[in-house]
Formats: sequence, structure tokens, C-alpha cells
Amino acid sequence: MRDLAPRPLVQVRDLKMHFPIYSGLLRRHSGNVKAVDGVSFDIIEGETLGLVGESGCGKSTCGRAILRLYDITGGSITIDGAEIGTLSQHSLRPLRPRMQMVFQDPQASLNPRMTVQSIIQEPLDEHTTMSTAEKREKVFELMDAVGLNRRFASRYPHAFSGGQRQRIGIARALALNPRFIVCDEPIAALDVSIQAQVVNLLEDLQEQFGLTYLFISHDLSMVRHIATRVAVMYLGKVVELAPREPIYAEPLHPYTQALLSAVPEPDPSLDARDERIILQGDVPSPANPPKGCNFCTRCPKVMEICKQTEPDFIELMPGRFVACHLYTKTNETAGATAAHEVKEHQQGE
Amino acid sequence: MPEKGSPVLDVRNLKTVFKTRGGEVHAVNDVSFSLAPGELLGVVGESGSGKSVTMMSLLGLLPMPPAEIRHGEVLFDGKDLLKTDAETLRAIRGGKIGFIFQDPMTSLNPVFTVGFQIMEPLREHMGMDRRQARARAAELLDLVGIPGAAGRLDDYPHQFSGGMRQRVMIAIALACDPRVLIADEPTTALDVTIQAQIIELMKELLAKLGMAVIWITHDLGVIAGIADRVVVMYGGQVVEHAPVKELFRNPRHPYTQALLRTVPSVRGERVHRLTVIEGQPPLLGQQPTSCPFRDRCAQAFEPCARANPARFDVGAGHDVACFLAQPAEAAHA
Repeated sequence: MRDLAPRPLVQVRDLKMHFPIYSGLLRRHSGNVKAVDGVSFDIIEGETLGLVGESGCGKSTCGRAILRLYDITGGSITIDGAEIGTLSQHSLRPLRPRMQMVFQDPQASLNPRMTVQSIIQEPLDEHTTMSTAEKREKVFELMDAVGLNRRFASRYPHAFSGGQRQRIGIARALALNPRFIVCDEPIAALDVSIQAQVVNLLEDLQEQFGLTYLFISHDLSMVRHIATRVAVMYLGKVVELAPREPIYAEPLHPYTQALLSAVPEPDPSLDARDERIILQGDVPSPANPPKGCNFCTRCPKVMEICKQTEPDFIELMPGRFVACHLYTKTNETAGATAAHEVKEHQQGE
Repeated sequence: MPEKGSPVLDVRNLKTVFKTRGGEVHAVNDVSFSLAPGELLGVVGESGSGKSVTMMSLLGLLPMPPAEIRHGEVLFDGKDLLKTDAETLRAIRGGKIGFIFQDPMTSLNPVFTVGFQIMEPLREHMGMDRRQARARAAELLDLVGIPGAAGRLDDYPHQFSGGMRQRVMIAIALACDPRVLIADEPTTALDVTIQAQIIELMKELLAKLGMAVIWITHDLGVIAGIADRVVVMYGGQVVEHAPVKELFRNPRHPYTQALLRTVPSVRGERVHRLTVIEGQPPLLGQQPTSCPFRDRCAQAFEPCARANPARFDVGAGHDVACFLAQPAEAAHA
């Protein structure tokens, strides 16, 4: 698929997004919610990077921060060669057409007082000098591309079903010929039978327009279907990143293992798993993350070192990154045992 | 206790209609199912398929008007719940029939302590005094796996996480030792690892307490792991009903088949392209005179437009509302 050396379209380095907490009578700054705390990854041109994790892990904040919908706390973001992490919102504006977003809730992200025509046309009004006729033609083309009937251009969002509304949101994101689209839980609000329609549409559009996606979702089975590579987030950090096949076949991080094990399986012939990993307890507060590894409070394989030192995010094998002491060099024996266990587990299946 | 084999809850030909300014909405159409003691019945369907409205109709929880129950019977303990007076129904709800709702945040009252809310049904239905109810509430919180249960009775819902709140909801539903528990999407608002915890807890509680459960969900994976029998709903009707293994091995209704194919798996073969069910669910604006799935069905043929199929028995406790499953002799009759 990628014969040439893969070119990263998006490079994220040590991205931090902290939200301040003000408390007390004088509203003093008393702490930070570390929603995203030192995240690094590349997104290669033409691929779909799946970003998965449970609610509150910072995956949506991460997606929004990459598009600079927030002023980030630290780190750098390079999109298509341009460093945008530190740009002012004003100088960012001319670069906006390159990067777009599809939001989770199509009900909330479409203005109920605007027609479909004006919703899809709005980015064209803002960023181009097209004539009215040209804009109209472009809107029709976009409606065709996402499978909406042109005749409905003058209708309002309430006249459409959830799946169709999401198509309107996708058409709006495509209006300026972006290269990179952040899809923030685009199917979470849709019914099962409609989800497949939208996912197939996103795949078709990717092929047609050469798009690069960051696909944020909590639905591990859908991410397995759509993503080229998958990053797993837990409490503001990426704990594992790997190409799709190996991460689902042989997850390395204990959190990824637990997460995959927790997904209910609709096919009874595949549900012959001997043990399910049930994690104890809840995710700690991102305002006060535990010392050492973020996952140490719930990890079934926790060791002494995990409560002291934070593990580095290392490339264990080509393309496979993991942040876990089971695999770090200082802990050679434990790492070997864990790798061995993984092998055995794989053979057992 | 009813004798073995006789159902604790028997729903027959239930029909619920909503009267709106835009006309009638036929939300539930002739739904029938039964629930045996100690079994877990899964009810699967997409939003708008009528699964929640069915359950709310059973317990008289729908505001009337706009809702109207046209006909049907709901037999519980030899009584028809649809014909009982409000006072008796009130005694059954939260007493012999427990209810767990989808969203634990909105179904707990934020201004009362968790302890108060668990004690409420105990004092109302079991006639306990404050001290007894408090002791029982602590037991219940402990039963649903909340650490330091007695110390948390005076906490408010916002002091609990989502998974913990759902455990509190379960404790409230279990408070009066219900014979039947109706759980409406109890894990939908939760994360997968928390969902796994709650499912594990429910399995333990079922084994321990032996009540019958109706578990409503849209997630086929959850159903596969927990249910004994499954009812599949579409467009306000039951389209298929079978024991769980039979349903997943041998789905007969085109809708069930499509639904099973459209959900990707995290473990099985990865498909190149997802199967799509084209079109939209029906609007239910009128009494259906044809199969509600006809417009989206790849196998629709001439009889589907003429009549709404009845549920045909295909053996092994499995029945399907589809003309494809109709026995040959009946088709010619």
C-alpha cells in the first residue's frame, strides 16, 4: 500500500493540554486537570490512525488540541510541514482549510436555523472567493459525494435522520478539500445499522480524495475495521501504539489486553476465551494522577517499579510502541517473561 | 412461587399507541413474550424499535395521554397488570418488579443521599423502620460490590463514579427482593471495562438471588454473553425469538442476519467492507399492513407487501415473523 518511504502528514510531539482548576473564595489556581499529558505520535499520509480509550482518557481533547481548537499547554504539532503548535489563532486561520473535523453529535454540531445548503457552504463563504453560482455547484457536488439527495439542499437539519445529519457534517468538513480530518466519535450517536453506512462512506471518501484521518472512538471493533494503526490512551497518555493486526492479535500493554478482553463478543464460536480480564476499580482523576505509571492502580501485573517511576514510551519492535515496565530494559527478566507469556497466549488461541 | 415451567411474567398482544399532533405513532404492535422464573431474557433492537416503550407499558410508567394501551394482557402473579388499579401497581413497582434505567446520573436524585434512596423502597414496600432499612441498605451496597459500603450511605450521587452509580441503581432495584428485574440498557452509558464489571456482577447476583431478568440492549455482544433467550424487536414488533445459542448460530429473520453481519468483531475475521442495512427504520405512523422491514430487506418478495407476517414456529423454541420461514402448507392455505 505504501511503497515509498511513509511520509508523516501530522507529527505530534510531547503534546500537553492542561486545564486549570480554580477553587476557593478567591478563585485561586489550585491545580490542573492533565487531560493530555505528553503525547507523541505521527500520522502517515493516507492512513487512518485510530485513537481509542475510555471516556475521560483525553482522546477527544487530544483530537481538538491537534487542530488547535485549544491553546495547548506544551509540545509541538506539525501538519503538512507547518508548525502550528505555537501559532496565534489569527495566523492559523489561512491554514484551517487543510484540517477539518467531524463531530460526535450531528444534532448539536449543525445549526438548526441554517439550511443544509448554507451549512455546507459556510466554510466556502469564509475561506474562498467563489461566486454564488460556483458555491452552489460545489455544495451539490459535496452532497452527491456523501450520498445526500440534492433536492434536500434547502431543508433544515431537523428534517434528517441521525445518519443523514452526520453526512451533512462530513460534507461540511470536506468543503475546503482538506488533507487531514479529525473524526471525533463520528458514529457513537448512531444506531448499529446506520454506523456501517457512515463508516463505509468515510472509507470511500478517503480513497476518493486521499484523506488522512485521526479516528477517535471508544468502539474497539469499529476501530479494528477502519484504522491502519491504533493508539490506545489511558489517563492522558498513549500507552500503546501499533499497526492494527498485531495490536488486536497480541496486545502488549496490560491495559490494552484488559480493554480488548472486555469487549463483548457477538459470535458464540469466538467466545471461547478461557479467562476474561476484569479490571478492578475506576480510572483515577486526571487532576491527581497516581505516581509512577498511570495504570498502576488497576494493573493486574503491577510491580514495585510501576509505583515509583513512569515508564518510557519505547519502540519495542519496529512500529510497535508501548509504555510499560514489563518491557523496559532495566527490567529485562520481567520483560522476557511477559513476551513469553504473550507468545504462549497466542499459541493457545 | 409458581410451579416450574409456568412463566412469572406473560405479555400477550400488547399494543401501545402515542397520540401526537402529527397523528398516531404505533410504537408497540402486538408484542408477546413470556419470562420463566430464574431466566434472563434479552430484548435487542435499535432505537425506536419499541423495546423501552414495551417495558414501560408493562408497569404503567407511560404518561397517558399521550400514550394509550390499545389492547393486550400482562400477567404477573395471575393478575393482569394492565387492569390493576394504580395503587396495587404502585406496590408492585419497585417491590416485586425492580427496574434499572440506562443513565445512572439522571435516574438518581442528586439532592438525596444514596442511602436515603436505597432506604426509600425498603420503608415503602417492606415496612421497615429507619434503623432496619439503613442496615439493609448497607448490606445491599456491599452486595453490589461498593467498598466501605456502610460509610458511603451518606454520600450523594455526584460523589460516585458512573460504574459505582450503576451499582447503586442495582442495589435500589434489588432492595425488595424482586421476582422480576427489568434492566433497560443498564451498561450502555458505561465504558467497556466498567461494563464488563457490571455484567460480571449481574451474573453473580442472578446465580445468588435467582430472580428473572429482562435485559434490554442494542448490543448483540452483551446479549450473547448473558442471555438465556432473546427477543429481537424491529419497528415495534417482535421479529424473532429464540434461545441465545440458536439465535446466533441460526438467525432466520433477514433483519437479525443483517444486524449480526453489520457489527464488526474484535476477534474474528476482519471483513474488507462492512455489510450495510440500507435505508432507515420505519416511521410507525400507521398500523402496519405489511412487513415493517420490507423496504430494507434484500430478500423481500411478493407476500411481504400484502400482509404483516405472523410469528411462525420453526422448532427448537425458535419463532420468526417472516414469510421466508412460513411453513409450506400454511402458505398455500
